[in-house]
Amino acid sequence: MDSRKGKKQKINLSAMAKREERWGLLFVAAPALGFLIFMLYPIIFAILTSLTTWNGAKGFQGMMDRFCGFDNYVKLFADKKFWQTLVTTIIYLLGIPIGMILGLLCAMGMNRKIPGVRVLRTMYYVPVISSLVSVSILWAWVYNYDYGLLNTIIKTLTGLHGPNWLGDEALIKVSMIIFMVWKGLGTSIILYLAGLQNIPRSYYEAAMVDGASGWQKFKSITLPLLSPVTFYILVTTLIGGFQVFVEVQVMTPSGNGGIGYSAATIVFYLYQKAFESYQLGYASTIAVILAIIIFIITLINFVGQNKWVKTMD
Amino acid sequence: MKNNKDQLSSGITSKKEKTMNIIVFILLALGAVVMVFPFFYMVMTSFMTKNQYLSGQLRVIPDPWVWGKYSEVMAKGNFISGILNTVKVEIPVLLIGGFTSSLAAFAFAKMEFRGKGAIFMGLLATIMIPFAVIMIPQYVMFTKFGWTDTLLPLIIPPCFGNISMVFFLRQNLTSIPNDLMDAAKLDGCGYFRTFAQIFFPLMKGAVGTQLTLWFMAIWNDYLAPTIFLRSEANWTLQVVIRSFNTYYSIQSDYALIMAASVIAMLPTIALFFCFQRVIIESVAISGIK
Repeated sequence: MDSRKGKKQKINLSAMAKREERWGLLFVAAPALGFLIFMLYPIIFAILTSLTTWNGAKGFQGMMDRFCGFDNYVKLFADKKFWQTLVTTIIYLLGIPIGMILGLLCAMGMNRKIPGVRVLRTMYYVPVISSLVSVSILWAWVYNYDYGLLNTIIKTLTGLHGPNWLGDEALIKVSMIIFMVWKGLGTSIILYLAGLQNIPRSYYEAAMVDGASGWQKFKSITLPLLSPVTFYILVTTLIGGFQVFVEVQVMTPSGNGGIGYSAATIVFYLYQKAFESYQLGYASTIAVILAIIIFIITLINFVGQNKWVKTMD
Repeated sequence: MKNNKDQLSSGITSKKEKTMNIIVFILLALGAVVMVFPFFYMVMTSFMTKNQYLSGQLRVIPDPWVWGKYSEVMAKGNFISGILNTVKVEIPVLLIGGFTSSLAAFAFAKMEFRGKGAIFMGLLATIMIPFAVIMIPQYVMFTKFGWTDTLLPLIIPPCFGNISMVFFLRQNLTSIPNDLMDAAKLDGCGYFRTFAQIFFPLMKGAVGTQLTLWFMAIWNDYLAPTIFLRSEANWTLQVVIRSFNTYYSIQSDYALIMAASVIAMLPTIALFFCFQRVIIESVAISGIK
């Protein structure tokens, strides 16, 4: 009797489990299908396209007719413009540590007992939620050589004409970095502030009893315990940093990537190759390299994570 | 707990600490002014005469005030159609995509099925994949579908769900006890009803925050619309203001450009001010989790 009941329940359970499985799969079907159609398939297609000199004509057959093996990769390796845009992209990444240090300093300030923290936090965060196109337009105006806000201030203070912020091959990179730090600072402040508020006060009190100096406390409590946040900011900003495009297209005059292509990034180059000169094969090669770079960065970060990220326990 | 903390620290706060706080406050306030001053200047420029902003002198307050630029922007046919096109993308994406994302989050958090972990990890990995990598194949695919130069490429893919929303909601659901799920099962409540009548009401707040963030992301999106939309009549708002910038900066009509940018930024800024506490919270959580 007992064993029969047990058996029956088991059957019921597995029937229920099967039912749950069916419904569960159905509920996640939409994102899973979306992933297959709009992500996985395009990635495979991009890899395939990168092995051709396709210009978009005559469909799939047209693409396979233009199969060229690894020619694009060899060509890309010798392509000066590719290296130039890659170097520019990497130069822009200098904004990441600058933004992180500034963000940490601001967050530490806001973590003190000072008035109006919420208002301050909001003011630093407004650029983050603003449209990238709008603020790029705004900063192109601020950087304007003759009438921009920045040079007007410089002229009022010193009587001299300020530099050509967006019209000089070296300076345009500095201008872009300043802009990017301004745009993203709010995010690192909020993340660091949340991290700081998560550190138990008792740690600092114990350190104070031991007679630790402010710097020692910062070095051996604050920094290590913030390392998960630092890690998160680093990964997300690095991935984002390799995708800079909009600000280059909007801020350079007539969207040409700046004088001598000095402001152009790797995605900007990819965009131009694909949608202005329709070299879909070659552009896909750049896309594949970009994907590999981002994959490697993520991999290094996650391997390194265990090494330098400390947790509360 | 909080009171306790405050008492403790106020006990320790020394005179030196207090002066330090004043200095820190002044520095942070100065920094904040630097952060928002460009926006202030943007609004002011939109009210200035051309003579004023091209004078090369530092005069930030409009003299005289010119109010006409905003109606001039609105009168440009492109601008209104840009807003309408953006709204046409927003509504179906937020409704359908919001539904599919919440449903999937519920399944990932509260249901058991084979391959759950693998599917979830697969989806999560896609957050890493830059749009730039897949935009060419997507362009080819949508051309084949006959979707290019319509709003469909901006509407259909996100309707399948937004991975970061799924991720965030799943995280949020783990705080709801599994007992509820078990009770629903015992009562013979179907899975969809369990989601719709028990769990969805419990995650409404989190869904709202995520939809707000998503609304902003769609509103501000630029790269995908520039690729998929060719004719001006189909442009979304961001593409329109970018074209304004290209076109009117040649005529030095910066007041018009700034007025357009101000209007384009207003909805996201207004939303942010209304929901800043929850928005900031959800951003902060992503870093700690």
